[in-house]
Amino acid sequence: MKSNGKLAKLYLILVFAILYAPILYLTYYSFNSGGSMRDFEGFTLEWYKEVFQDTRLLIIALNTLIIALLSAAISTILGVFGALAITYVKRQRTKNTLQTLNNVLIVSPDVIIGASFLIFFTIIGIRLGFTSVLLSHIAFSVPIVVIMVLPKLQEMSSSLIDAARDLGASNWDILSKVILPFITPGIFAGFFMALTYSLDDFAVTFFVTGNGFSTLSVEIYSRARQGISLEVNALSTLIFLITIALVIGYYFINQRNVKSSAAGVRKA
Amino acid sequence: MKNNARNFYLIPYVAWIILFVVAPIILVVYYSFFDVEGHFTFGNYQKFFTPVYLKMTLSSFWYAFLITLFSLLIAYPTAYLLTKTRHKQLWLLLIILPSWINLLLKAYAFLGLFGTYGPANSFLEFIGVGEQQILFTDFSFVFVSVYIFIPFMILPIYNSLEELNASFIDAASDLGANAWTTFRRVVFPLTLDGVKSGCQAVFIPALSLFMITRLISGNRVITLGTAIEQHFLVTQDWGMGATIAVFLIIAMAIIMVLTGHRKRGGLA
Amino acid sequence: MKKLVRVFSAIFIISFALMYLASHLNASQGFTGGNTLNVYNWGDYIDPDLIKEFEKETGLKVVYQTFDSNEAMMTKISQGGTAYDVTIPSEYAIAKMKEEGMLIPLDHGKLPNLKYIDERYMDLSFDPGNKYSIPYFWGTFGIVYNPKMLGGKKLTSWNDLWDSDLKNQIFLVDGAREVIGMGLNSLHYSLNETDKEKLMEAKKKLDTLTPNVKAIIGDEIKLLVANEEAAIGVVWSGEAADIMWENEDLDYVIPEEGSNLWFDNMVIPKSAQNVDGAHQFINFMLDPENAAQNAEYVGYSTPNAIALELLPDEIKNDKRFYPDPELTEKLEVYDNLGKKMLAYYNDLFLEFKMHRK
Repeated sequence: MKSNGKLAKLYLILVFAILYAPILYLTYYSFNSGGSMRDFEGFTLEWYKEVFQDTRLLIIALNTLIIALLSAAISTILGVFGALAITYVKRQRTKNTLQTLNNVLIVSPDVIIGASFLIFFTIIGIRLGFTSVLLSHIAFSVPIVVIMVLPKLQEMSSSLIDAARDLGASNWDILSKVILPFITPGIFAGFFMALTYSLDDFAVTFFVTGNGFSTLSVEIYSRARQGISLEVNALSTLIFLITIALVIGYYFINQRNVKSSAAGVRKA
Repeated sequence: MKNNARNFYLIPYVAWIILFVVAPIILVVYYSFFDVEGHFTFGNYQKFFTPVYLKMTLSSFWYAFLITLFSLLIAYPTAYLLTKTRHKQLWLLLIILPSWINLLLKAYAFLGLFGTYGPANSFLEFIGVGEQQILFTDFSFVFVSVYIFIPFMILPIYNSLEELNASFIDAASDLGANAWTTFRRVVFPLTLDGVKSGCQAVFIPALSLFMITRLISGNRVITLGTAIEQHFLVTQDWGMGATIAVFLIIAMAIIMVLTGHRKRGGLA
Repeated sequence: MKKLVRVFSAIFIISFALMYLASHLNASQGFTGGNTLNVYNWGDYIDPDLIKEFEKETGLKVVYQTFDSNEAMMTKISQGGTAYDVTIPSEYAIAKMKEEGMLIPLDHGKLPNLKYIDERYMDLSFDPGNKYSIPYFWGTFGIVYNPKMLGGKKLTSWNDLWDSDLKNQIFLVDGAREVIGMGLNSLHYSLNETDKEKLMEAKKKLDTLTPNVKAIIGDEIKLLVANEEAAIGVVWSGEAADIMWENEDLDYVIPEEGSNLWFDNMVIPKSAQNVDGAHQFINFMLDPENAAQNAEYVGYSTPNAIALELLPDEIKNDKRFYPDPELTEKLEVYDNLGKKMLAYYNDLFLEFKMHRK
């Protein structure tokens, strides 16, 4: 489908511009010697210095990252299981029930999820802190992974599986060499969505955390009452830059690998 | 053979469902029958069917609809154009990246961007439209909500578009279809699953927004989430909060049924 | 498949590396090991230097956590699962916590510095005899406004807000008791009114205010009023102090009909593990020099009479933040009205919010 090249480019640029406008705004003021997000007074790096001296904030940032990575990874694995489970179920009614149950956590307001998890953990007797936060994040990320992976599974033609079986593939082979490669885009989509959910979450984490463990969201919301210091801007900018660097770097390394092995047969 | 595989996947997934979905639902329904002093009552449900809450429900649905609609309108072309770029996965990641910056910070950034003396108004003055009240309006509320939910709409649509067999499009134009007809009768129907996933991932959470209703719309827009947060956190009337949650869950179930996936091939 | 395995292994390895790094940083802060004190306070409500000084003086390690609302804090504490030694709720929350048996009585014998607190702020209705709580900061609830934006007008009362000139010029804080209370005060009723008819009257009067109300918001009110997004903010005195520090054009007034007098007091929850340490902390904060240092950093009004003497003249003579006794007489502390009545207040407030459309 031919599209007007220039218009298309303009549209994309506009979308990206709007997406990044707030981020750039935050970054701009992270250098403000004025101390707040109005009236840029002068350039300074003092907020960045403060970040590195604020050990508590750094620990919290690290915790946030750890929880995000681990919960996203584990929930992706669980979510793939879930999507597979739903697809293999024969009865349509059961399928629909499972899917509806799956989405309950997405529709439930964070506050309720947090409160009910808190009660749940207290009843079971899990100590509040890293464990409870991790479990909660895994729990509320699974549904979005399922939502991302399921369509791909459903698009998959069953003739692929039949062909593989005809050729003598075992169940494990079918899974690892036919199904998983096909749904990999869905898996990555699910993983990144799970990562987003975890990094953004405030209400659930707030309810289920304790004993000194905190994440960035909770800390920032707590500081809002006294006015958010530009130290937070600085920290966010740093995180942002590191992430961009990682993303771009990973992508180009990957590209080079793909090109160099393009000639050979792709191993499963 | 297949039975074993299916049972295996169901085990961890159903375990998760029981622990983190069913148990909390039961807790929530249980709580909805108690009033603020802990007495068993149906009063909460009665209260829900009063004008205040019904108006709130309608308002929530209306705004959720608007947000989903605009997200779709903006996300679809974006996703489509992304599939045409050279480093599509890179751009995709770059679209998701802003959503990893803390929500409260971005909201504060928008407060600055849309403020009376902010860049947006400066731009409007520059092009001659003049200063407008952007903050605390329906417009800014929907705009910022769409901003937040866009990645969730783009990803599934992008995945669907990627799956689309280009030869279908060529076939359509061979048969004389123009761009719009091709889109309407070939492309869009084939990407419907992605669109549905996106809508689910946006509409359902949009029903319970509360942070944005306060930060950007200054409580001009009231969603069910506003009421729930107030009941859970301020009044400590978990009963009423739980009741609203029950209705949200029912609404979600209905939406799932209405937009349910019809069987179209797949693995089983 | 291989790619998936590789990516996920990388993720797990990175996570564990980060965990190692985090625990290393934690250890350097001394968070591991015994003899700690868990403090649960409002965000940015203490001079960090004071924490360090306290640690030096007592050898205790302070684990400092923050919250942003009384209700959230109470939920956390009542649910258990985590033991806080000292927390600093607002006065109405203290009344609630007392009722629900969440606090332990304080040993005044261990608090010799208690004598420095101004008598006016002791023995109040929410905690007679200060059995359970010691004042930390206090303040009022009133109107911060920008005379320049209002053409030099001076505001002195709640009823001034209903002036039709003030269209779309008012920001309100998102607090049910505060806003309904404003309505009540403007009708010369008490802030602790429980008569449903009078409450309805107040709510109806508030409905007529809606054309003047630009938005009902939270902490961001400070940013917005300082940025002159609107001329008037109905806020607590501490917030007003912050806003005025940002923008010198602004002024604060405690309305003449009366208003709320609030307190944030230090308490020891029942689930505290280090009760001795908690008492040490409270006594430390009562020391006049520490209290003065804290007041200067945080910017709110100190209840510590000697600390007040130590503050610079421009602060301690500021009648807006240290009003004369005649005015403080007219201010009311919130009584605990009971869950049902509070739920009713909140319902009225929700209706008020919906009315604005």
